[in-house]
Amino acid sequence: MTTAVFLLTLAFAVAVLLPFYRVVVGPTVFDRMMGIGVIGTKTVILVCLAGFAYGRLDMFIDIAIAYAMLNYIGTVVVAKYLDSGGARLR
Amino acid sequence: MILSIVASVIGVGFVVAGIVFAVIGSIGVLRLPDFYTRMHAACKMDTMSLGLCMIGLAILQGPDLNAVKLLLIFLFVSIANPAAASALGRSAMRAKLEPWTVRQTRKDGRA
Repeated sequence: MTTAVFLLTLAFAVAVLLPFYRVVVGPTVFDRMMGIGVIGTKTVILVCLAGFAYGRLDMFIDIAIAYAMLNYIGTVVVAKYLDSGGARLR
Repeated sequence: MILSIVASVIGVGFVVAGIVFAVIGSIGVLRLPDFYTRMHAACKMDTMSLGLCMIGLAILQGPDLNAVKLLLIFLFVSIANPAAASALGRSAMRAKLEPWTVRQTRKDGRA
């Protein structure tokens, strides 16, 4: 079953790679921030799956909790900054 | 024995469903025509796929402290991720980023 979860982790890595296109060529800065948020949320899942595949879920899960909090705080801080007049469309 | 096999099958099924949701969300982020529609795909699909993966891993893990922590991650993200998406969408509205319409598509000539 650990092997099955490892193969699922490899399949999930493809889904993490796809939003990088939106981060690189996104037309506005909001698209880039949204892509970063998507990658962060998917990284939380990836860390948990990798921890289960390696059999050390108790260690990896704390990293996942910290990553989820940092992802949320980062997105909200950048949204507040863009709200205060830092956004340039185009 | 039977119970363990049934729990494994249900857990792996939940994780596979979460991965399918994640792939659909990534395709939506790539393909949809506008920031707001992309935000719709990204926020909902990510929250759903994280919830399904966490529930599946908690079932695979068994009744344990780690399962409780996984469900706590699900609870936190299901509150935090829509809040972050809402803040980003509001700042986009205040920066006067125009929503996508059919007329604009005809003018630009892109799908």
